[in-house]
Amino acid sequence: MNITSPLYRDGFSETGTSYYLLPFRFAKIDSCSYCLINELGDYYFVSLEELNDLVEKRLTSKDALYRELRTKHFIVDDTTQGLLDSYITKLRTKKIFITGFTKLHMIVPTLRCNHSCPYCQVSRVSVDKQRYDMNNETAKNTINMILRTPTPHITVEIQGGEPLLNFPIIQYIIEYLDDNKEKFNKHIEFVVCTNLSAISDDMLTFFKCHNVSISSSLDGPAFLHDANRPKEKRDSHALFCENLKRARDVLGPNGVAVLMTTTRESLSYAKEIIDEYLRLDFKSIFLRPLNPYGAAVKTGEHIGYTMEEFLIFYKKAFEYILALNMSGTDFQEVFAKMILTKILTPFNTSFVDCQSPSGAGIGAALYNYDGNVYPADEARMLAETGDYSFCLGNVNKNSFEEIFFGSVMQDIAAVSCNESLAGCSSCAFQPICGSDPINNYATQGYVLGHRFDNDRCKKHMEISKYLLSYLKQKNMAVMNVFSSWVSDGTVRHLEIARECQSS
Amino acid sequence: MSELLIPLTTTGVPFNLIEPIVAKCSRTGIKDVSERKDYVFVLANDSGQHHDLQGYGAVLTDVSLTASKARTDMASLPGVHSLKVANHVSDGDIVVMYPSGFVRTLYRVNSKNNVIFSTDRCNSNCVMCSQPPKKIDDSYLVEQNLKMISLIDPKPEFIGISGGEPTLLKDDLFRIMSALKVHLPNTFVNMLTNGRMFFYSDFADKYAAVEHPRFRAAIPLYSDIPDEHDFVVQSKGAFVQTMRGLYNLGELGQPIEIRVVLHKLTYRRLPQLAEFIYKNLPFAAHIAFMGMEIMGYVKKNLDLLWIDPVDYQEELYQAVAYLNAHEMNVSIYNHQLCVLKKVLWPFSRKSISDFKNIYLDECANCNVLEKCGGLFKSAHTIHSKYIKAISS
Repeated sequence: MNITSPLYRDGFSETGTSYYLLPFRFAKIDSCSYCLINELGDYYFVSLEELNDLVEKRLTSKDALYRELRTKHFIVDDTTQGLLDSYITKLRTKKIFITGFTKLHMIVPTLRCNHSCPYCQVSRVSVDKQRYDMNNETAKNTINMILRTPTPHITVEIQGGEPLLNFPIIQYIIEYLDDNKEKFNKHIEFVVCTNLSAISDDMLTFFKCHNVSISSSLDGPAFLHDANRPKEKRDSHALFCENLKRARDVLGPNGVAVLMTTTRESLSYAKEIIDEYLRLDFKSIFLRPLNPYGAAVKTGEHIGYTMEEFLIFYKKAFEYILALNMSGTDFQEVFAKMILTKILTPFNTSFVDCQSPSGAGIGAALYNYDGNVYPADEARMLAETGDYSFCLGNVNKNSFEEIFFGSVMQDIAAVSCNESLAGCSSCAFQPICGSDPINNYATQGYVLGHRFDNDRCKKHMEISKYLLSYLKQKNMAVMNVFSSWVSDGTVRHLEIARECQSS
Repeated sequence: MSELLIPLTTTGVPFNLIEPIVAKCSRTGIKDVSERKDYVFVLANDSGQHHDLQGYGAVLTDVSLTASKARTDMASLPGVHSLKVANHVSDGDIVVMYPSGFVRTLYRVNSKNNVIFSTDRCNSNCVMCSQPPKKIDDSYLVEQNLKMISLIDPKPEFIGISGGEPTLLKDDLFRIMSALKVHLPNTFVNMLTNGRMFFYSDFADKYAAVEHPRFRAAIPLYSDIPDEHDFVVQSKGAFVQTMRGLYNLGELGQPIEIRVVLHKLTYRRLPQLAEFIYKNLPFAAHIAFMGMEIMGYVKKNLDLLWIDPVDYQEELYQAVAYLNAHEMNVSIYNHQLCVLKKVLWPFSRKSISDFKNIYLDECANCNVLEKCGGLFKSAHTIHSKYIKAISS
C-alpha cells in the first residue's frame, strides 16, 4: 500500500506550567511520605519536596508527577479542563446514597430478651408484654410510615430485644410489606436480627417463604461467647451452633450473617475468634469496638477498654486475616473493606454511620416498640437511658413530614456534613469517613463533637492510615486481596443520571 | 499451513450495468419468479447452457458472454461476465456490482464476522491505522448498506459496523441503525468508532433515541495521559472529546466497549490505563486489549510501533488481572496463545475475522490450535519471534 500522507506529526505533548489545584487534603503516613486524598477518594503518595512543588506550582507538564496527579484529579490544566464534567459525575456517584432518602428501616417489635448480655444497650429480661411489645396499631402506622419513603429500594431490619419473642407482629409486618410491595412500587429486603435461641421450624419456613435473611451474634469460641452472652443456662454458644445449622438448612449457606462484639476478654483472642468464624463457615468478620451507649457504658469498667487497646487487637486480627487470604482462604474484614471500597473504587458503601451527610434519619430510621422514631439505633439506646434528645416523633401521633423534616431532624442535618465540621474539613481522611453527630453527643456531650479526643475519630484515622500504609507498599499479593474484598459481585453502575430520579 | 482465504472481491466485464446493484446471490435458482427481483443469479463454472432467468435482478457468470452469444437469456438483464472467480459466493450472500465490472461481497451468509462498511473517511488519523482514511465522498455507501440490510436473511447473531469513522455519517448513521432495528431486531451490533462525535450531546441524544436494543459502541482509548492518546490518534483534543463522548453515552445508558491496541506507544502504561478505565468508566460493558494488525500505516511506522508481544506480557497481565479482579469484563484479541502468559489464556478470544485469519507452518504441530487466536494474514511480514507449537 502506498501511503503518501505524513506518517505522524509531533507536537501533541504539553509544555505548559499553569495548573489549578483541585480540592484535596493530605496526611503524613510515615517519615518520608505524605498521602494526598481528593474528594473522590483517589490517593497518591508523595514526598515532602514533591508536595511543596505541587502546591507552589513548580511542576510542569513534562513531569511524571504532574501527569499522574492530573489523571487522578488532583490538578487540572487547559488540556483537561474539558474533563471537569466527568469529575462532577464521579463526585455524584460517590454521593449517590443521598438520593431517594431513607433506605434502611429498623423496627423493634419488642424490647424483651432471653439473654442478659452485659454490653447490651437496650434489652430487658422481662415478661411484661404490655409494656415492651409493639402492638398492632403501632405496627400498622410504622408500615405506613416506611411506605412513604421515596426510594424504591428499602431494607427492613427487624431488631430487638429478641424480636422472635413477638413473632406475630413480625409476621404481620413482613407479610403486609411483602404482599403489597408491587402496589407501592418497592423492592424490599428483609433482615431479622435474632440470637436464634427461640427460632422454630415454622418461623424458618416463614422466613424462607418471604426471602428473609438472618443477622445473629457470634463472639468467638464457646468459652468467650458464653462469657460475653450469659443465658440462664450457659448454653448460648451450643444453642447458636445447633440453630445455625437448622437455619442454614432452610435458608441456604448465606442465609445467616453474624456480628461480633469485642469485650475486654475478646482482646486476647483475636486468632481464636477468627478461627471460630472459619470453623462455622463464615466468610467475613466485622471487627468493631463496644458501642458507647446504654448498658455498655455502665459496665465499661468490667468489659470495656481504651481505643488504643482495641486498635492493637484490630491490627493483630487484621494481619492474621490478611495472612489467611494470602494462603488461599477467602475471608474479609468488613470495616477495612468499607474503607478500601471508598479508596479503591469509584463507588461508596451503604454504611449509614460512615457517610457525609450522615445517615442519621436521611439514610436510616428506627421505629421503636412504642412508636417512637429515631434517626439511628444509637439514638434509641440513648432514649432507653432516659435521654430523648433525638426522638423524631411518634408514628401514632406525627405525620411523615413532622418526623422527617421536624426541628430535631433539621438540627441533626445541620451538623451531618463532615466537609464543614471543624477538624474534619481539613482532615485527609474526610472523603473516606463520615460524620456521626449522635455518637459525638453520646460520647462527648454535644453533636459537633471534639475531634482530638474522640474515640471514633481515633479509630477511623488510625485504621485508614494503617490501610494506606499497606497500599503504599504496592505488594501485588496484598493488592489482590484488597481487590477481591472491594469486588463482591454487587452490581456496579456509575450513577450518571442527569438528575435525581427519585420522586 | 496457510489456509486458503475466501476472496471478497472479483472483477469481470459489465453489461447493461448503469448503476451499482446490491443483490442477494442465488446459485441454485429461485423457483418463484415473483421472488427473484432482489436476487442475482450466479453461474459459477458456467457450462453455457440456457437458464430460466426471468425476473432476476442481475446475473453473474464466469464465462465470457461473447463466447456464448447465443445466451439470449441474459440479454435483457444487467450483470457481469468473464468473472475471474464466481464460486466464492454462496446462496444468500449479498454482493454489490459496479458498472466498472467490480463485484464486492458485502455480506457472507456463512460468516460470523460480517461488517457494514460505513465510510472511508475519518476525523482521526491513528499512527497504527490498518485502513488509513481517505478524503473522498463515499456517501453512496449509505443507500447500498440500507439495501443490504433489507436483504439479510437468515438473521445473524452478530453484525459489525466499521469504517473509517461511522459517526461521520451523522443522520445517515441513525437511518442505518433504525434499519438494523427494524430488519434485524435480535442481531447484536458492535460499532467501531472513535467516539469523538458523541462529545456533541445532541448527536449522542439522537443516537440513543434510535433505541436499538442490542447496539454497542466500541471505542478506543490508548492512554490515561491526554497528549499520549492524542499523539496515537494524531489529533489534538481527541482524548477529551472521546472521554466526554463516553460519559455522554454512559449517561444515556448506551452500552460501550473500550478497545486498546497494543504497541510500543501504549504498552508501558497499561496498568495505569486499566485503573483509569475502572475508576472513570466502570460502566464499560467490555474491555478488549488488541494485538496490532500489520497493515496500512503500521507498515510505514513499524519502528515507532512494533514490539514483540512477548515483551509486553507483564504490563498486559497487570492490566487484565486488575480489571478482572474489579469485575470488569475483559478480553484479549488477536494474540497467539504461545506468546501469551498462560494465566491470560482464559481471556484470549478468537477475534480475527475468518477471511484474514491464518496460522503459520509451525502451528501445524500445536495442540492448542483450536483455542488459539491465530494471526492476521499480514503477520507473514512480521510476527513474534517466539511463536512455537505447544505440545501439552
